[in-house]
Amino acid sequence: MPKETIFAQGNEAVVQGALYAGLDFYAGYPITPSTEIAEILAQRLPQAGGRFIQMEDELASLCAVIGASLTGLKAMTATSGPGFSLMQEALGYAVMAEVPCVVVNVQRGGPSTGMPTAVAQGDVMQARWGTHGDHAIIALTASNLADVFLMTVEAFNLAETYRTPVILLLDEVVGHMREKLVIPGPGEVEVVQRLRTSVPEGTDYHPYLAREDGRLPMSDFGGVHRFNVTGLVHDMWGFPSNDPAVAYGLLHHLVDKLENRAETLARYQDFFCDDAEVLLISYGSAARSALHLVEQRRARGMKIGLLELNTLWPFPAQTVRKYCRGRGHVLVVEMNRGQLHGEVQKAAEQPERVYLANRYDGVFISHKDIMQVLHVVLGKGV
Amino acid sequence: METTRIVFSGSGGQGVITAAIILGEAAALHEGLNAVQTQSYGPEARGGATRADVVISQHPIRYPKVISPHVLVCLTQEAYNKYSGIGRPGGLLIIDSQLVTPAKKSDARQVALPMYQAVMEAIGNPVVFNICMLGALVGLTSLVKPESLWRAVQSKIPPAFLEINQRALELGGELASSVR
Repeated sequence: MPKETIFAQGNEAVVQGALYAGLDFYAGYPITPSTEIAEILAQRLPQAGGRFIQMEDELASLCAVIGASLTGLKAMTATSGPGFSLMQEALGYAVMAEVPCVVVNVQRGGPSTGMPTAVAQGDVMQARWGTHGDHAIIALTASNLADVFLMTVEAFNLAETYRTPVILLLDEVVGHMREKLVIPGPGEVEVVQRLRTSVPEGTDYHPYLAREDGRLPMSDFGGVHRFNVTGLVHDMWGFPSNDPAVAYGLLHHLVDKLENRAETLARYQDFFCDDAEVLLISYGSAARSALHLVEQRRARGMKIGLLELNTLWPFPAQTVRKYCRGRGHVLVVEMNRGQLHGEVQKAAEQPERVYLANRYDGVFISHKDIMQVLHVVLGKGV
Repeated sequence: METTRIVFSGSGGQGVITAAIILGEAAALHEGLNAVQTQSYGPEARGGATRADVVISQHPIRYPKVISPHVLVCLTQEAYNKYSGIGRPGGLLIIDSQLVTPAKKSDARQVALPMYQAVMEAIGNPVVFNICMLGALVGLTSLVKPESLWRAVQSKIPPAFLEINQRALELGGELASSVR
């Protein structure tokens, strides 16, 4: 039984999803166009028994989230591009120390403070490579409120399952757009709880010693076990190490645990793809315009389909390769200078058939914008 | 019901965004329709003009913004000057007859209603101007049932103000029936 149906913004769907997933702790610094997440949580999270802190800045916000998570809480922060830039150092720490947490970035125009109220999807590569060093990350996105809710729950589930920060990469249009949201009842959507160690009190606990299945059970920091947490390369006790074998093994573990599961982590939806000669690939709010075009052109007999990606990182290259196979033309639709376009080209067997339909002027891309590019691609002129 | 696209425009503080949210909620929660509401913050909204879009349909709504609205509402001269050109032939353009002087010919059917004046004379509080406008819009278009609109208003307005909002809705309906 659904709990409730509301007419709400995408940012509120994030709040509803986070509370459904069992959010305990939020620390953040409000910024347009993500502000409503902080605003609504400031009221609702304490009511649900959680803690809300407005921090002095975004650096401190993610650091507080990491600390809270280590003590056993489900923790999250939300921001936009400028704040996301400030979070990159702590994001790398969470990757290295394997601390589950969720970072929401409702994208706006950039670089720098850019255009605060304008839509953009320019942080796709920042989500992947914003923090330094070889690493892997999970980034999810969504184009409608039902999916924003589900991907928020999924972000917490994947963070807890794989002990990793998960980035929920939304955009201004999805964040501020209002539509109907049916909030699922308890038990309707799976919620993953943290895997905790079975090592009893008084026995040595190795925070970074993997079980046979590769997972690392956690112990609440400040609880019954004493252990070290560091951003330095560390051994199974969590103590710093300069041993090349330890460094090699750790880096492989950090990257492989996600990159080797890219297809398992791939969340996507396809529309009219079976016989499509033209395939659109899109994500976030841009995917709404892409689907609009697909439905409009299908009604006129054009063989066109859409692959909508909900997982951006790790990039589901095998899935994308499979979907691109045999198509006459592939058109990546996004609101940046082609950040995912390059990934699709790398994945496709015929990269010369992969084109880009984009906008990066703060204006939401429309089905008409996409059609204009498609006309050129199909050799029908402008 | 096929797809209807509505644009509300005016200046900040007139409640055009609230009006758009109420209409969207009435359609989505009380009429079993799909509705998507967005507001324009982009470069096209620079200056004093505020714009809010609503799309209502029995079908799933993909593109969430409005290109060529079926119904366009302009509550200030500036909004009229800026947006009256986007109306479509056969569409409806609702303006406030006191606040807007129609300057050019429109492709849409233009309806000028003294909404602001009626609100000030009958209620004396401009805060319900937007609700009067919604009453007129629904009276002219039957987009949603008046009961659905009233339920949505009740969920958004503090109880102390419900009475003047109800009066404003009725006032809008009366103005609409005078030109039908």
